[in-house]
Amino acid sequence: MKHKKLKFIFILAFLLTIISTQFAYAQDDVPTDDEVNEVAKGLYCPVCENTPLDVCPTEACKQWRDVIRTQLAEGKTKEEIEQYFVDYYGDRVLAEPPRTGLNWLVYILPPAVILLGAVLLFKNFQAWTKPKVAESVSNQERSDVLSSSKGDSSSANKYISQLEEELKKRN
Amino acid sequence: MLAEFGYGVLVLSFIVTIYSGVAAVFGVRKKSASLIESARRAQLLSFPLISISSLALIYLLVNNHFEVTFVYEVTSLSMPTYLKITAWWGGQAGSMLFWSWLLAAFTSLVTLRKWDRDIEFLPWVIVVSAITLAFFLFMIVFYENPFSRYWLVAGNVVESMFKPTIEAIIFTPENGRGLNPLLRHPGMIIHPPMLYLGFVAYVIPFAFAIAALITGRTDDRWTRITRRWSLWAWLFLSFGLVLGGRWAYDVLGWGGYWGWDPVEIAAFMPWLTGTAFLHSVMIQEKRGMLKQWNMVLIILTYALVIFGTFLTRSGVLSSVHSFANSPIGPYFMGFVSFTLIASVYLLIRRWNDLRSETEMKSALSREALFLLNNLLFISILVVCFWGVIYPLISELVTGFKVTVGPPYYERAAGPLFAGLLFLMAVAPFSAWGHSTLQTLGKAIWKSTLASFILTVILFFTYTQNLYAIIGFFLVALAIFATLHEFWRGTIARQKTQNENFFTALSKLMMRNRRRYGGYIIHISMALMAIGILGIELFQKETQGTVAAGESLNVGDYTVEYRELASWDVPSDDVNYTRAVVDIYENGIYLGQLYPRIDYFYDAEQTMTIPGQRSTFRDDLYILLVDWQPVSNAGATFKIYVNPLVNWLWIGSLLFLFGIIFAAWPEKETEKEKVRVAKSVTQTSAAD
Repeated sequence: MKHKKLKFIFILAFLLTIISTQFAYAQDDVPTDDEVNEVAKGLYCPVCENTPLDVCPTEACKQWRDVIRTQLAEGKTKEEIEQYFVDYYGDRVLAEPPRTGLNWLVYILPPAVILLGAVLLFKNFQAWTKPKVAESVSNQERSDVLSSSKGDSSSANKYISQLEEELKKRN
Repeated sequence: MLAEFGYGVLVLSFIVTIYSGVAAVFGVRKKSASLIESARRAQLLSFPLISISSLALIYLLVNNHFEVTFVYEVTSLSMPTYLKITAWWGGQAGSMLFWSWLLAAFTSLVTLRKWDRDIEFLPWVIVVSAITLAFFLFMIVFYENPFSRYWLVAGNVVESMFKPTIEAIIFTPENGRGLNPLLRHPGMIIHPPMLYLGFVAYVIPFAFAIAALITGRTDDRWTRITRRWSLWAWLFLSFGLVLGGRWAYDVLGWGGYWGWDPVEIAAFMPWLTGTAFLHSVMIQEKRGMLKQWNMVLIILTYALVIFGTFLTRSGVLSSVHSFANSPIGPYFMGFVSFTLIASVYLLIRRWNDLRSETEMKSALSREALFLLNNLLFISILVVCFWGVIYPLISELVTGFKVTVGPPYYERAAGPLFAGLLFLMAVAPFSAWGHSTLQTLGKAIWKSTLASFILTVILFFTYTQNLYAIIGFFLVALAIFATLHEFWRGTIARQKTQNENFFTALSKLMMRNRRRYGGYIIHISMALMAIGILGIELFQKETQGTVAAGESLNVGDYTVEYRELASWDVPSDDVNYTRAVVDIYENGIYLGQLYPRIDYFYDAEQTMTIPGQRSTFRDDLYILLVDWQPVSNAGATFKIYVNPLVNWLWIGSLLFLFGIIFAAWPEKETEKEKVRVAKSVTQTSAAD
């Protein structure tokens, strides 16, 4: 972990020297904080877990925002700056994994599972709403047996249908 | 001395808990009532034992015993006593003790109930809670011991429970590190216990479900016994989530309440299955259907509770490798897998006994719509679960971490939540058993018309954003439809009972707490949706550095920087830096706000406290980002305008009221049944 941090600081220092040498050329058109934040919003720093760069209060993130500012001043676009950060720190700086390779799973799996659930539910609906005759008889028996053992709940059921009826009439 | 005592009692409680589980199993096997009774008493003993151990820890915390590692990590001399007490759940080891204490308390409450005709559940309820409790106590006793201390061995400080060598002497640091300042906020003091209460309370319905599976008593007895438990569990979990959101809004300084952070999602996932369970269990009670599904839901909820604790406690989120190195991670993983496999095995064994007693008659019946609701909740769960898990999978497979952030969740969850709002509007009007499009349409057209008119007005006066328009329409529909439901129930009762409107309304609600409490919750959810739509779709922000006398503009607001002061408060060990800004709306002076940065010396951490002005229309939320320390010449502010966000908090309050209303104990149930049976002949309303 410490090793990582050191590496990170080194890279930062390196970047800062590049920035400071280039800063002189870019000074006349300094991007506003809002322009910087607009780019920073979509980036996640690898030091602080799950905090977008535009609101991260740490010193490291402040320096990152300065990197963005410099690059904006150089005329780079949002995409170019994002790519720059990806090249240095990996895909984890992006708010979402890029749509490549294994990462497609992120985007495909949930809709697939949900669709499967919906299909299963729909099939069951069909099965439920069109019960086979023989089965429905045995089920009738079953429910008769069961309802005799649960007096209170079946009376509550009657009660409910009565209320529903009542409410329907009054509507 | 006290540390050893506390630890000793803890070990004792661990042994007693194991005994209660084992005795219960043997009691059933040998059909020995006395052995089961012994198990019950052992279970009851675990609570006072863990309480004594916790008291010992609290004593150490309050009295600055920094030789105890845990005390050193979470308290410092400058902290007030109440914070030292709440530091109990402010760190890993303490919070696990707190978890165990709550579980022992809840299990004891259940054990003390009148069992009468449910006596066959008792031993298995004891077994399930004993296994859970024993697992947590095992972790505390062997890996996360809050009583472990610092020792000086040959000039080095080492951590150990007992004297590591003969020459070792206790090492006492002069001051502790202090509780993370972010956790010193009132919201954060209540937030974790609320979440834990919710988490732990779900163990009880799960224990009964497992007892039902083992004993084969698969009728709806277990859901009836645990109905109120799951409602209270849901109450605490919801309250915990809301408090967490409010805390984030007030303290974290990013102008929001929810960031789709894995830690948040860890607490949100059991809430999703818990909410689905609350709905689908009603179908089982009314129609004898979905018994298998309810079992699945309660098992999932329990697994997600443990999984959520695991996610937040094992360090797995920061990296798979830190998880593997953490002493407790693999055990947690093992425990989640064990309970899940065992529960699923039991469920499959009883699968056929859990068949529905009745058939689904119509795809528009209330039970069908409830099923759709369940599908939506589970879909959100799938999205959340996968979003939390995928970065770990990616790290394992490719070696690289990725971030799955808010855009992923928002894109997926947005339409699903919209679907839930729609169901909220429609479902109350569908009847149990059978509904047609015609009956539904007839019931809901008035609300639809009213919502449509309101949306058209909003379109011309407030926003043309398509998402907002759809969202506001659904919110309006849910609120109008629910109010209409109150209305028609009251009118029906008014006519049959000859009561005036308010008597009729209050009696209707009091006699059907769960139903009308549920409707209040629906309305509150719709209100919360207004706040979420507002902040998600219309949030404005700006940031800039200004000198005294200069101003920043955002929306209709102008924020003018006046002055800034920075001072130390030695008694609190904190430095405060406070800016004063004047705020104007369209040129009209509104007053002053004081955004602040607090620096905590003991924890070496800052905390950003926003200056806030809150109205029903929007919140002005100003953060002090930076300042020039010497000259006081300039300061950097970040300013958010968060439209409608107050409705989120208003909705939350109504939400709490709704759940408490629904969960409030009714009069003696037996009497109630007689009364219900009698009143069928009259016509009032039903649960």
